[in-house]
Amino acid sequence: MSAQQEPDQPTGHEHDSHDPDERGYFGAFGGRFIPEALVPALEELEAEYDKARTDPEFVNELLRLLRDYAGRPSMLTEAPRFAAHAGGAQIWLKREDLNHTGSHKINNVLGQALLTKRMGKKRVIAETGAGQHGVATATACALLDLDCVVYMGEVDTERQALNVARMRLLGAEVIPVKTGSRTLKDAINEALRDWVTNVDSTHYLLGTAAASHPFPLMVRNFHRIIGIEARRQMLEKAGRLPDVVAACVGGGSNAIGVFHGFVDDKDVRLVGLEPGGHGVDTGEHGATLSEGSPGLLHGSRSYLLQDDDGQIIEAYSISAGLDYPGVGPEHSYLKDSGRAEYYSVTDAEAMEAFHLLSRTEGIIPAIESSHALAGAIKLGKELGEDGVILVSLSGRGDKDMDTAAQFFGLVGEE
Amino acid sequence: MGRLDTLFEATRAENRAALVGYLPAGYPTVDGSADVLTAMVESGCDIVEVGLPFSDPVMDGPTIQQAAEQALRGGFRVKDVFTVVERVAAAGGSPVVMTYWNPVYRYGVDAFARDLAAAGGLGIITPDLIVDEADEWIAASDAHGLDRIFLVAPASTEERIVRTVAKSSGFLYAASVMGVTGARDSISSAAPDLVERVRVHTDMPVGVGLGVRSGAQAAEIAAYADAVIVGSAFVTKAGESLDEVRTLAAELADGVRSRVAAGQTS
Repeated sequence: MSAQQEPDQPTGHEHDSHDPDERGYFGAFGGRFIPEALVPALEELEAEYDKARTDPEFVNELLRLLRDYAGRPSMLTEAPRFAAHAGGAQIWLKREDLNHTGSHKINNVLGQALLTKRMGKKRVIAETGAGQHGVATATACALLDLDCVVYMGEVDTERQALNVARMRLLGAEVIPVKTGSRTLKDAINEALRDWVTNVDSTHYLLGTAAASHPFPLMVRNFHRIIGIEARRQMLEKAGRLPDVVAACVGGGSNAIGVFHGFVDDKDVRLVGLEPGGHGVDTGEHGATLSEGSPGLLHGSRSYLLQDDDGQIIEAYSISAGLDYPGVGPEHSYLKDSGRAEYYSVTDAEAMEAFHLLSRTEGIIPAIESSHALAGAIKLGKELGEDGVILVSLSGRGDKDMDTAAQFFGLVGEE
Repeated sequence: MGRLDTLFEATRAENRAALVGYLPAGYPTVDGSADVLTAMVESGCDIVEVGLPFSDPVMDGPTIQQAAEQALRGGFRVKDVFTVVERVAAAGGSPVVMTYWNPVYRYGVDAFARDLAAAGGLGIITPDLIVDEADEWIAASDAHGLDRIFLVAPASTEERIVRTVAKSSGFLYAASVMGVTGARDSISSAAPDLVERVRVHTDMPVGVGLGVRSGAQAAEIAAYADAVIVGSAFVTKAGESLDEVRTLAAELADGVRSRVAAGQTS
């Protein structure tokens, strides 16, 4: 332990009643459904994180990086012109898009990269869907002098080619994954295969609050800073807590981080927006909590998209960061306990919100985050003028310009 | 005493290792996989592992991944595994199922155990189910008289080996390298160390897998293990012809009967 002072603000790493049990379960969800070969690494990680979370030296170093490198606290911005299209409710945006590397992902990545150093490991592997987590991981590895390998589904390397270039520029090796659906799920499979082979030297820097214990707990806590800041900022700027907190949910890391700022405020509704793709009736979607059932994937029990035989169904979304057939186990728990609600938003609805925020507020959101914005439009109409909604704007849309240009026909002949 | 116990008693009396061969059910087709597995039994596999193809096989290398994908594309359903097991058992084989846990969880753990036992299966190898999460499986396997074949790995601590041994029956599956399935030219030295560490705690038979593809490698492993497990090499041969499968099984069966004295090959 260091002689450093205790941090003077909540960090998200405090022990509280929302921690999973000692086996890593949030209610009926979580645990470790993983090869024995990886259990020692998970136990090591669990022990290391458990020490680090109460070590002022670790926590202060992380807070310093979040402030001086990532740009925290992120702003809270009111969006009145956007809100005019949402029943006149107040809408506030938690601007994770303004973090270094352009999304909330940096919060978790800096934390886990520091842990990697503490464990004496030199090599980091990661999976990425849209590329945001991969870019954030490559960034942290450049900063902290770690070797970095990123697995990315081949489909995603095509639709997010610029993020591939960013990762390579930052010194990471990007490996396109050509198996299965060639998207995020398959990138995770391949990263797990690498990890089981190289576990002695390598930390798997998982990008979402899913998989085996302690990842769901640890990744959540690295993102709790979002909710801690947002709650304080709402009280300062809006003078009250929101009626609803809305966030998009793929694996669910930004959502779990922002939700936790308000989870003890029983009057605040927590609403997760899942990718409805072409519509849940078409079967082409990634609405795991709304449409799935409990099962085992990537190391934990949680809701997932599966057929009658327990084979995993490929998810679809226009957003590469959300098309994942699983979800973090704590979201499954929050759903079943009724504390949080989950709805789906189609590609078209998300793209309409993407367009609307760009036009009305001059903010181009990530397509992932646009799902939360589309949810806010519906919720705003429900709540009317007295409503107050906090939206987690988890990332910026620069990476999505190719998709958007095609969707709206913004490039071409004229 | 289970049938696997009897089987290992016999192979130990013969001073040899057992040969365990793996193939995914449904590869190349449901019937075809039963034919291949039957040929494996006839040509010297003491035990066969009937794989249950899964959409996300994180412990498997490219060979088995592709076979599983082909089986699923061909319309493989979970219940087909019982058909294959039944045919192997009818041919005089000793079938166990190797499966990722989600399909069993989805089917219903007790129902799966019941149907597997009824088909003549002897147990389940569980690559992604650790003893800590296995309460339901332990109850179901006890109820239906199936063996529980858990894995241990070079990274396993003593404490975890002890805990795993305590819940295992039939044999223990020692993953010989840290890594996924797939044939390799050399078998890592981690395997004999791991087997030795296991033997401190139990007399239970120990099988060694991951990477074996030749009679010489089989002989090398047979020097210290009770069972030599061969997967990807059989899958590759199954994609060629039944004769190739038989030739490989016969070579490996010779191998497990020609134990190389420890240290001789290193």
